[in-house]
Amino acid sequence: MEQSLNTEQPIINVITPPLWLVAELTYSCPLHCPFCSNPLDFAGEKAELSTTEWIRVLQEARALGAVQLGFSGGEPLMRKDLELLVAEGHRLGYYTNLITSGAGLNEVRIRALKDAGLDHIQLSFQDSTREMNDFLSSARTFDLKRRVAQLIKSHDFPMVMNCVIHRLNIDHADRIIDLAAEIGAEYLELANTQYYGWALRNRDHLIPSRDQLRRAEATVAAKRAALGTRLKILFVVPDYFEGRPKRCMNGWATTILCVNPAGTALPCQAARMLPDMSFPSVRAVSVRDIWYESEAFKRFRGESWMPALCRQCPERGVDYGGCRCQAYLLTGNVNATDPVCDKSPDHGIVLAAIEAGERAPLKPLLFRSPENSRMIMGGLATLE
Amino acid sequence: MIEQPDNAGSRPRIARLYRLQWEEAQQAHVLLFPEGMIKLNGSAGEILRRCNGERPMAVIVAELEVTFATTGLTADVESFLTAATEKGWVEWSSP
Repeated sequence: MEQSLNTEQPIINVITPPLWLVAELTYSCPLHCPFCSNPLDFAGEKAELSTTEWIRVLQEARALGAVQLGFSGGEPLMRKDLELLVAEGHRLGYYTNLITSGAGLNEVRIRALKDAGLDHIQLSFQDSTREMNDFLSSARTFDLKRRVAQLIKSHDFPMVMNCVIHRLNIDHADRIIDLAAEIGAEYLELANTQYYGWALRNRDHLIPSRDQLRRAEATVAAKRAALGTRLKILFVVPDYFEGRPKRCMNGWATTILCVNPAGTALPCQAARMLPDMSFPSVRAVSVRDIWYESEAFKRFRGESWMPALCRQCPERGVDYGGCRCQAYLLTGNVNATDPVCDKSPDHGIVLAAIEAGERAPLKPLLFRSPENSRMIMGGLATLE
Repeated sequence: MIEQPDNAGSRPRIARLYRLQWEEAQQAHVLLFPEGMIKLNGSAGEILRRCNGERPMAVIVAELEVTFATTGLTADVESFLTAATEKGWVEWSSP
């Protein structure tokens, strides 16, 4: 729900403090979703941060001004110290969010999380039916998720239901919305797939058609009118179809600090694969020095890095030139205008991707798993 | 039970989905909610921090008028609280 964070500001040259800490506690996850935003080579990541190291990160980021804390992954419940970290986050004054698939949440743990001061739980579903949900997560999770939703309600947590949307489930938008209303979620994020990591690898399977997108928009509008304030539905048209870039991460290193399971500090979860960048580790550098002094975090702040097309564009203060990861993944040039912009000379790449989605995919759907991650790292499968 | 702000005895409080707190780094009150935050301007913060479910609106207005050494704030406070109620930030309870 990024819409309430500092929208529509001009580009400013002072460094603003991080307001949001995304703590990716682990890449371990019992689900195998083919649209996972984790890096393709996650299986090669170094040892996870210890409890003590995470507590220091929480303290240092809070001291700088971070106030939203998201525990993410992988599946954060795979960490046995999650309750401890939530308690420390709560003590420090963060608003604590658990971003979970539900796997690993039971009566004992949810009670402990309540006692630790957890503020909110975001529960993912992959679709509205058991068959599609379990196919997409490549794990039997639908019934478990329904039970977890009841636990969340019975412990009086605010609940956001998140469903990543793509060609295989977008036509079920009405039933997904009904499911969210039925389980008592206060918010539903119909999160259109963003094409990084595993989702980019599987893009030909996942990208919706323009017709599908139009129908889903109409469905969402009708459901919003019918449900009123009972359920707030967030549905943002994916940037490939918008002709303008998203204001990615509210601007590079302006608002959000991500720390990956091994302690690498990043301005966004996807950025680690960018070339010629050296992202600092919280094991070696303080959060303050990472945020204010590191070359990696300075790299795309402001507008001096921008190509002429963006620097002369009146909309540069709206979208900050778009997403650096997307520019690199699609054009090979990290400094390029985000090619989803229809002013970009590379916009044809995006149009071609939409066209390719209308045809039968050439490669099988690749599920996220440590085995497939190692296969990709070994060069047995390429990114293209 | 949720009532409208024009019920004289009812008392506003921060709604269940929101948490209000002062943030030193931003020098502002903020409303925190699942995965989001609203930074409040000074007057919004001063009104909302008095919305604890115990003070009727008239008491909030009186306190603000004393604190800021002024009069005639009723219309401003009422219009802010009406908007805040519509946004879902504020709920009302009976005395």
